[in-house]
This record gives sequence, structure tokens and C-alpha cells, in this order.
Amino acid sequence: MITKRIIPCLDVKDGRVVKGVNFQGLSDVSSPVELGKYYSDHGADELVFYDITASAEGRALFTDILKEVAKTIFIPLTVGGGINTLEDFDRVLKCGADKVSVNSGAIKNPNLIAEAAKRYGDQCVVLSADVKRVDGRFTIFAKGGRENTGMEAIAWIKKCVALGAGEVVVNSIDTDGVKQGFDLEMLEAVCDAVSVPVIASGGAGKIEDFVKLFHTLPTVDAGLAASIFHFGEVDIQELKTRLAQEQIVVRR
Amino acid sequence: MVGIIDYGVGNLFSLQSSLAYIGEKAIVTKDQTQLAACDHILLPGVGAFGDAAKKLKESGMQEIVLQEVAAGKPLLGICLGMQLLFDKSYEYGEYDGLGLIPGVVRPIAPMIGTGLKVPHIGWNGLHFPKEKERCPLFADLKENDCVYFVHSFAAVECEDSITATVEYGAELTAAVAKNNVYGTQFHPEKSGEIGLKILKAFCKL
Repeated sequence: MITKRIIPCLDVKDGRVVKGVNFQGLSDVSSPVELGKYYSDHGADELVFYDITASAEGRALFTDILKEVAKTIFIPLTVGGGINTLEDFDRVLKCGADKVSVNSGAIKNPNLIAEAAKRYGDQCVVLSADVKRVDGRFTIFAKGGRENTGMEAIAWIKKCVALGAGEVVVNSIDTDGVKQGFDLEMLEAVCDAVSVPVIASGGAGKIEDFVKLFHTLPTVDAGLAASIFHFGEVDIQELKTRLAQEQIVVRR
Repeated sequence: MVGIIDYGVGNLFSLQSSLAYIGEKAIVTKDQTQLAACDHILLPGVGAFGDAAKKLKESGMQEIVLQEVAAGKPLLGICLGMQLLFDKSYEYGEYDGLGLIPGVVRPIAPMIGTGLKVPHIGWNGLHFPKEKERCPLFADLKENDCVYFVHSFAAVECEDSITATVEYGAELTAAVAKNNVYGTQFHPEKSGEIGLKILKAFCKL
């Protein structure tokens, strides 16, 4: 049976992982290569590297790092951040990325999804949607959640999937950082609307939040989180053991 | 040395890196002389069957691969590279494959029923047919070891060659072998330690 995926997300700036992490046996906690390897060895099913660099130099550094990561880690790698053109897809895919996540770049130019899907296949294009309730309506935000686009989220996500997005990461701005659990209401609305894999993001604070996610919404394919893994609040192996006890199928 | 066939399809960085990681020399090549010097051949592939089959033929690599296989060299097709080993595919039309393994490639949607997503993306467990001898590629694997799949089409009418299956609404073909020709629907180069074991086993053939 297909397993539920657990995905740590690493923010990278100027070639370094942004949030400091303290794991035993890691000599350099902000090295994307070391941290990525740590997660891969400890049960992560996939890794997301998010490039939050603004400068061109930082961008070049990111692709160098990505190459190093792809030389030592042999699980699927998704890359996002600053993906605005087909050239950006090409740049990261050549360095070992398997999937590319688009967010603001697709909001500016939705055709980017169609063009990329045509060239690299649907499986390569991941839509990342930052969603927040505005007057009770699910609304898409751009630029890392800073800019209200006014677009209704479900319609936007459906449109992107129709254009060729092969997976959707739903990041609830409302629950992000709150650590009280995933945004089940929002995720259910997305799962009902699309037939591609849905990855839940935003709100996980403890192991039970993942249990609740997969029990309540069996159609969600994966859970993504950052700081709870980075700070050791949730250990991926313990998480998977717990999920297996709950009859949720995971890779072990 | 392992020769990775370069016919303009797919991203070969991870495949090359995974072989380097397990200490195998590998070259990405579209050159007949170079390939002749290799003792193992990898046929990668992502994208659409029709396009890949055309490129394989037009690049001249099809003929060279067939010659090397006829001479007894082990060949491993991965993902679309595995699908190309069969007689035909019905992916957006009808296209001829290499005909190295009897069978055809069809969409999984009608096979798996409703409620499951297409493509079949993610980690899923391998099952090895109990009545058959274990394929040497999977000698070090356990039943239900997980590997990484990304596909919307699968090989059918190939029962004699099936060496592993995967459960996804139906029992789908996960791997095949016939004589010196091997194929995996999943990506060993993206399947962590298990995948590396499979690549190692292939290189030992």
C-alpha cells in the first residue's frame, strides 16, 4: 500500500539552513548537506529545500549546495523559492531536484505551470499555495504570505491543477506557527476539489497532530513541517512508529 | 563501467550520483564505442513514451542498445526506460517499444478503480512472486521494502517476466526481467538505501 509521506522543509539563505538546529552528531547544524543527510537517514520520505535568498550570488550558492545534496541523498528532492521562469526550473533540475515548487511565480504568470508541465511532466510541478481566511473566505497570499492577492484559494488551486500541477502543498497561514494542529477544514476543502496528491503544511506541533491529520483526512498524502523537526520537538522515526501503531501506513 | 544512455530524455544527475556513491564508475553516453566499453547499460527515462521512443530511435541509440543486449550485456531500464523495453505502449496513442520483453504498457487509471490518485506518486512496498525464484536485483531486499514510484502507466500482459509487484488499487507490475534485460517501474536512484542495494546488485551481474 502507498505510504503517507513525512517531509521536512529546510529554508536556505546564502547556502545555509536558516533555522539553527541542534542534533547530536551534527557538526554543522546549518549545512543543508549535513542536515538533509541526517533527515534522510532518520526516516524522511522526501526533502524540500526552500531558497529564501534574494541576491544572485546567493542563488548561485544555492544551486552549488543543491548539487552537493543530490550527490549524497537519494530520496526525492523538491526545490522552491524564486521560481519564476522555465530557466529557473532548468537551473534547479540540472542540479538534482526532482520536483520544483512554484508559488508567487505562478501567481504572476499561471502559464509557467503549463509550460513547465509540458516540458518536464506534471509530476515535476508542485503548486505551493499560501492560504489565509479573509472574511471567512480562503484566500491566496503571495510573497511569502505578505501580499493578499484577493483570489479565492480553491478556485486558484483547481486552476493550477488543470494547468498541470502534479501535487499541491497547502500551507495554512492561519495555523502556521501556532502548533495546534493542521488546518483540517482548509485541507478537506482542497482534497475535495482536486485529485492530485495534497501535502499538508502549517500548524503541526506534535506527533498527535499528524495522527489526527491522516485519520481525519485519509486523502491527504503527506505532512510537511519545518521547525518542529529542526528543533527536535518531533523525531521523524518516533513519529512514524506512532503512525504505524495507529494503522497509518508509513515507510520504515 | 556502467553506461547511462543519453538520448535527450530526463535528468541523469541523480542516477549518475547514485552510482558514484556506491563506488561504480559510470558515464553518460550516446557514443557507440564508449558504450561498447561498458559492461552494464542503464536506460533511464521520464516524460512521454512516444517522444522518448522517437528520440531513442532517432539518436541511433536504439540499434546500439539492441546490439549490446544481444551480445549478452546486462541492461536495466528505469521508469519510462523500463516501459520502453516492452512491445508497445498506449500512452496518448500507440507506439512501438524495443520489444525486448513481451508485454504492453497501459494507463493505470482503469486498473486501480476510483478513489486513488493518478499518477501513483510516493513510497510503496514491493512484493515478490512466491512461486518464482527471487530476481538477483532484489536478493538483499525484504518483502514490502519501500521504493519510490512516479507513474501513470504500467506494464501488463507480461506475467512471465514479472519479478516484483506493487499494491495500488490493483497488483501493478513493479519490476520485470528476461534473460539479461531488467526493468524497474520505480526509481532506485530515489529509493534511499533500498534503491542503492538494487543498483549495487545490478552492477554485480
